[in-house]
Parts: sequence; structure tokens; C-alpha cells
Amino acid sequence: MINSSLKQLSQMLAKKEVSSVEMTQAFLNRIRQFNPTINAYITLDESRTLTQAKAADIRIEAGNAGPLTGIPIAQKDIFCAKSWRTTCGSKMLESFIAPYDAHVISQFDAAGAVNLGKTNMDEFAMGSSNETSYYGGVKNPWDFDRVPGGSSGGSAAAVAARLCAAATGTDTGGSIRQPASLCGFTGLKPTYGLVSRYGMIAFASSLDQAGPMAKSAEDCAMMLNVMAGFDERDSTSLNRPKEDYTRGLANMSDTQPLKGLRIGLPKEYFSEGLEANVGAVVQAAILEYKKLGAETVEISLPNTKLSIPVYYVLAPAEASSNLSRYDGVRYGHRAAEYTDLMDMYCKSRAEGFGAEVKRRILIGTYVLSAGYYDAYYLKAQQIRHLIADDFKQAFKKCDIIMGPTAPSTAFKAGEKADDPVAMYLQDVYTIATNLAGLPGMSIPAGFSNGLPVGLQLMGNYFDEARMLDVAHAYQQVTDWHTQMPDLKAPEGLE
Amino acid sequence: MALTTTDIKRIAHLARLEINEQEASATLTKLSGILGLIEQMQAVDTAGITPMSHSQDVVQRLREDVVTESNQREEFQKIAPVLGNGSAERAVDSGLYLVPKVIE
Repeated sequence: MINSSLKQLSQMLAKKEVSSVEMTQAFLNRIRQFNPTINAYITLDESRTLTQAKAADIRIEAGNAGPLTGIPIAQKDIFCAKSWRTTCGSKMLESFIAPYDAHVISQFDAAGAVNLGKTNMDEFAMGSSNETSYYGGVKNPWDFDRVPGGSSGGSAAAVAARLCAAATGTDTGGSIRQPASLCGFTGLKPTYGLVSRYGMIAFASSLDQAGPMAKSAEDCAMMLNVMAGFDERDSTSLNRPKEDYTRGLANMSDTQPLKGLRIGLPKEYFSEGLEANVGAVVQAAILEYKKLGAETVEISLPNTKLSIPVYYVLAPAEASSNLSRYDGVRYGHRAAEYTDLMDMYCKSRAEGFGAEVKRRILIGTYVLSAGYYDAYYLKAQQIRHLIADDFKQAFKKCDIIMGPTAPSTAFKAGEKADDPVAMYLQDVYTIATNLAGLPGMSIPAGFSNGLPVGLQLMGNYFDEARMLDVAHAYQQVTDWHTQMPDLKAPEGLE
Repeated sequence: MALTTTDIKRIAHLARLEINEQEASATLTKLSGILGLIEQMQAVDTAGITPMSHSQDVVQRLREDVVTESNQREEFQKIAPVLGNGSAERAVDSGLYLVPKVIE
């Protein structure tokens, strides 16, 4: 059951082969076995989870179940969920019990999905290895010495280790796709504005976007059907007609289902910095796509390299503003001892934030400070325009862009933890789509030395349905996405 | 342009982050590396290019000027921080939040 697709799980529930309570218990048992080692979840609340499962069973019995009713989903701890502790991976919010639901959470509640728990993440989503979490690192289920990627590292490990049926994540510079690549599953960052940011703790508001993390494209499509949609409480939520992202998945009977599809291969994504073994897996996946009828065309995204410096101006600038709300006054951490108000602010923030978050607040404060705004912030916004234009030009020549998701497979814990610049380079292939606001996806494309490698798909604005179809076509002829790590339960917990 | 620990302390103060001498000097090394990365931008000629703040060309939505939020003061004050300075009580009183005295 744990390796079944969402569709299969949904059918099992509909046919009463299993109840939601039983299904939820199966995942909770696995969590009890493996989470003490993997550390994918920060907060679990079995009784609350099972109450939702019971409610789902009643709904199924009553005959008004939706596709995700009764299915246990893990929620990244960046989403406020009413009455659940919501930490965002930070000491600052260690005792924060969310007083309301994020839009994403209420969408899953309305769909009847079961919340399995809140997953570990880099503090305030700032990191690419989950090592900045106040609640400890997360182990990559394929190799416990390695990181799962980040910032959605807990959701990633939970999906890969089958500690949930699927999970949610957020992606500001690659935080869904890079962990999807490093842990070997399917992750989608939608077009900016497709999923409401309401109740999703803000990091860099012009880049943050929530999306599904699941085993397959089909699962992601079912998740996105629940997550996407207009919400007036998010000022950048886009009011568009509701789509069914699963609509094209069934039409794959043809032997060349992708005939006529033009895949753009950006030469900048296959040059220096890309590990040869990763490049080889990605090339093999592209060959597979040719067999499915697609053609390839070389394209150029000349400003790719600049996406990192631009991101490390804009994201910290937005973060330094967003995180100014944590002042120890109304919620969050307040220092135990302080003299006056200024001292209370400075101490509460110094104690509540970890080193990486402080670094980014400092960079953001610096680039926005008097005299530096034009040289840094304005300049970065101008180059952001050039980066978005690169994609506009590229999509004149192709329908979808493919390349590696991350430059390497999962690296060892501690390897880059003390070198922020080396860590930042992890996101060289993913950041540009956030800057442009485009959808991006990572799908499992094979292994190198036993570690998963992801293929990245980048689409034009609102082209999620086509991207999911293209990913699904590949997953119909390959089985990388069904492979799972061979985990041995610790003694006494079998 | 090279930063100094004095700059770090000034920025930390602007950001309301307490920082000691030792932390300032460790932060200086890391921040200098990151700013070195950011400097790559200066090689690009951006004359005449419109800054892009948002990926979608949309204007701010307006809504009717009506009350949409209900009063949830009690709910919100349940999660107020602990007062500190020897008190384990929450930093609230009569529906207000307690902070050190700011007006003499």
C-alpha cells in the first residue's frame, strides 16, 4: 500500500478494501519506525490525524468523497494549520500554535485529505540541505549520510521513504525541485500566483510558491487540483478559470504520444559546474523523450549564471522586510532577560533566529540601506527582467525546456554547511524560473552511484497541465519514479 | 568595496539583531563571500532596462471597503510570548500586549 499511487489509494478507499483510518495507521506505523532516524517530521499529532481519518471514512461512507478524501498527506511546516504547532523550522516559532489555516491547508481539509503531520524544513525555508533547521537535519532515505536537499527536506524525505502518500512543499529558489532531484521523486513548482500564499509563512514574497511533492506526475496533478485556485486573501493570487490538471494524462496510448513536442535544451545547463554522472543521466532521459516522438532544439538562456547573484539580493531583501515582524511582542520567541524595548527586539531576534537566517537578514538590510539601493536592489530587478526575457525568447523556439535540476546528486551532511556560497550554487538551475515566475518540475530520471538524479522540466506560464502530461508520458515507459529506498526498520519496531 | 566589522555591527543594529565582536567578525567573512558573488551583477550593462518586481503584469486588486475580519483577540493573545525578566506570565494584560516602557 505504501508504494501505491494516489489514484490506487483512492480506489482502495472507494471500494472499501481499506478504511482511511487503516491507511493512516499504516503510514503512522511507518513514521514510528523510521522518523526517529530520518527526522522528516517536526510535529506529529496522532489523535488529531486519526480524527480527520475517521471523518474521511464517514464522508466516504456517505458517498460524497473526492479523489483525495481519506488520503494521508504530509504538510510542510511553513503552512499555518489551525491548532497545530507551526514552527517554520525556527526556534523563533517553537511554541507558535497557528490560530488559523493557510489556504493550502483549508483546501486539503475541504478535499477530505488527512494531515499526517508537519514536516521538517530549513529555517524559514532558507537553505538547500535542511541543515539550517532548528529541529535538526533530515536524512536522505537513499543514504543516511547525505542530505535530502532543501528547503522542503522533511517533505522530500517523507515522500521518498513513503512516510506519507504525498506532501506539500514551497519553492522560492528550488526548494521543491532540488530535494525532489536529490531524493528521487516528482515535484512541481507552479506558475507564481497559481497557489495562494495566504497562511504560508513568508520568505521572499515575489518568489515564494507552493506546490506538490509526490511519487509521480499523476499524483502531482491530483494534488495540484486541490492546491491551485484563486484566493482573494493573497494579493498576488491570480484569478483564472479552474483547470483539471489530470485531464491529459489518459491520452497516452500512442507509441509516440509526444510527437511534435519541441524540447529546448539550454546550453548553459550542460556546461561547467554540472557533474558528468548527472549530465549522463539527464542525456539518457532526453533520448527516451526522443523515442516518445519529441524533438530537441538547442536554446540559450544567456543570463543563467546571473540568477544566483540576483536571487541573493532580491530574496534576502524581501526576507529582511518579511522577517521584521518577529519582534517578540505578540507571538514567537521573546528573550528571557532584557532592559528596554530596543534590547528586547535585538535579543529576541538574536536568540530566535539561526545563523543562516541572520546572514540573509543582514544581506537584505545592507542591500536596501541608504546609498546601496540602486547598486544592488534596482540592478538586481533589472537583471531579473533580462532573465525573464531569456525565457520569453526561448519559448519562441520550443514548447518545454529540459535540463538537470541540480548540479550534483545528494551531498554529504556537513559538506557545504559552513560555506554559504557553495551551498547557494546548488540552485543554479532552479532559481531562474522563480525569478521569471515560471513553472518548474523535477522528475526521477535514474541513479548515479545509487543516488537519485532528477530531470528538470520548465514550462511557459500556466503550462502545468502540459508539463504534467510530458512527465507522465516518460513515467509510462520508465519506472524510476516507482523505486524506493530499501529501509530496514530498527529492532523492536518492525 | 570591502566591509568592516563596524559595518556589520551597524547593519545588525538596523536589522535589530544583537551581535557581539566575535560574531561580527565571523559574519564579516561569510558576508564578504556572498557580496563577492553579488558583485558579478556589476559587469552587466542594465542602462534603460525596466526593473522587474513581479512576474505577472497585473495591478493591485481593490476590494470593497467592508469589514472582513472578525475579532479574534482572545485567540491571538493565547499565543503571546512569555513576559520574561523573571515572570512566566504571558505578555498580555486586559487585552493589550506588554512591552518595556517606551514613553517617559
